Amino acid sequence: MAEPAHDQAGDTRPARQILSDSDISRVIDRIAHQILEKTRGAAETVLLGIPTRGVPLASRLAERIAAFEGATIPHGALDVTLYRDDLRIRGARALGPTDVPADGVDGRRVILVDDVLYSGRTVRAALNALYDLGRPSQVQLAVLVDRGHRQLPIRADYVGKNIPTAASENVSVHLKEHDGTDEVLLSGGAA
Amino acid sequence: MNRHLLSAADLDRDTATLILDTARGMAAAMTGREVRKLPTLRGRTVVNLFYEDSTRTRVSFEAAAKRLSADVVTFSAKGSSVSKGESLKDTALTLQAMGADAVVVRHSASGAPHRLTEWLDGSVVNAGDGTHEHPTQALLDAYTIRERMGRLEGLRVAIVGDVLHSRVARSNVHLLTTFGADVTLVAPPTLLPVGVTDWPVDVSYDLDGVLPKVDVVMMLRVQRERMNDSFFPSAREYSRRYGLDTARMARLPGEAIVMHPGPMIRGMEIAAEVADSARSVIVDQVANGVLVRMAVLYLLLSGEKGSMA
Repeated sequence: MAEPAHDQAGDTRPARQILSDSDISRVIDRIAHQILEKTRGAAETVLLGIPTRGVPLASRLAERIAAFEGATIPHGALDVTLYRDDLRIRGARALGPTDVPADGVDGRRVILVDDVLYSGRTVRAALNALYDLGRPSQVQLAVLVDRGHRQLPIRADYVGKNIPTAASENVSVHLKEHDGTDEVLLSGGAA
Repeated sequence: MNRHLLSAADLDRDTATLILDTARGMAAAMTGREVRKLPTLRGRTVVNLFYEDSTRTRVSFEAAAKRLSADVVTFSAKGSSVSKGESLKDTALTLQAMGADAVVVRHSASGAPHRLTEWLDGSVVNAGDGTHEHPTQALLDAYTIRERMGRLEGLRVAIVGDVLHSRVARSNVHLLTTFGADVTLVAPPTLLPVGVTDWPVDVSYDLDGVLPKVDVVMMLRVQRERMNDSFFPSAREYSRRYGLDTARMARLPGEAIVMHPGPMIRGMEIAAEVADSARSVIVDQVANGVLVRMAVLYLLLSGEKGSMA
């Protein structure tokens, strides 16, 4: 998670819906197609979702890719909490699940999947976590929302939607698996 | 509890659950890796301060700290300034000056870790103090039970043996009852502490009667080095009445498990065949000890003040 996705700042402006549930499923379909196109059929590819909401996104992408091409691609979860650079400042957090497919990541193309790309620090942590697991042949990044404000030289290979935001705004991704509904909301900001 | 882990009695159910869940996260994070190390505590210093011999606890804490990339300094009483007569306070001030982020302490005096917190800015972790407490042992026991049985609440646990001298028993009573398990202490009357009737546990002198009714039986080591008086007539008699042999193990119901905090004396409180049986989780306990201690160090040392709120 690039930010606490369900943490709404106390503000006066109502939350605005950026993506509806049908938008989200179209976006996931498109990213699945782009992955197939860019990787020529997604052979030797592993999808690793970053908890919390990257995990259901990775599994949905794997499901769509299987539906389009009949290719089963392994998917799992990669928790990055123990690799974060803000543990000393923000304190310990509960760990998320880590579940790496049995064949591992060595020599494979790993596509990291997250809900929101923001500062890039989560992806930095994920890259370090990934390289302790093994040596992928290539690493790519897929995100549902890119909201800008990068603090590190990191970019996504697949982006669901670019949302220009102010730093004071809040992007909340809701997914059925965790929140009971599919939508992306933008809230907060200077009134 | 906040910055230190001194006693299992300080842990409420939420905090204890957080520790066990974090330990499970550590297990997931350590599985199938090329590099068996996490960078989480890089640049932090963990001091192992051991006034009593304890190979397994010291090695377990050392492994836990090293897997989280902390620097580990081990300070045992033998062959150190302590054997030259340095006081606990002066040792503490030395560690403070060296910038210890955490001090893991084992001491023969009950309450020594608590005293250390007055002199140190870092976190203090009790690794066993006298006959008082050994909280990380209780945590790893609870973790082992939960992993094997899927829950703790409502489980019936018998703790058998030298309860009087056992800090493991004390910590386990606190923690297991916090989790809602039903604990029965089984021991000869001479090896039960005064005031045990006020503990939230059942007490029995009859191991054979208790065994068919438990899900977990936890054997304690007979601490001969702590015994100045004779608490039972002979080792042979103790073993016959309170030792867990194959015949007794057969009285356990279906899925029940056998635990021992180690070091065990085969043939005394536990028969070799029992320790090596399928019911025994003694080896799991050792492996889980590292995970639970990783969780404790992570939760205590992250953030400015630690986060085991």
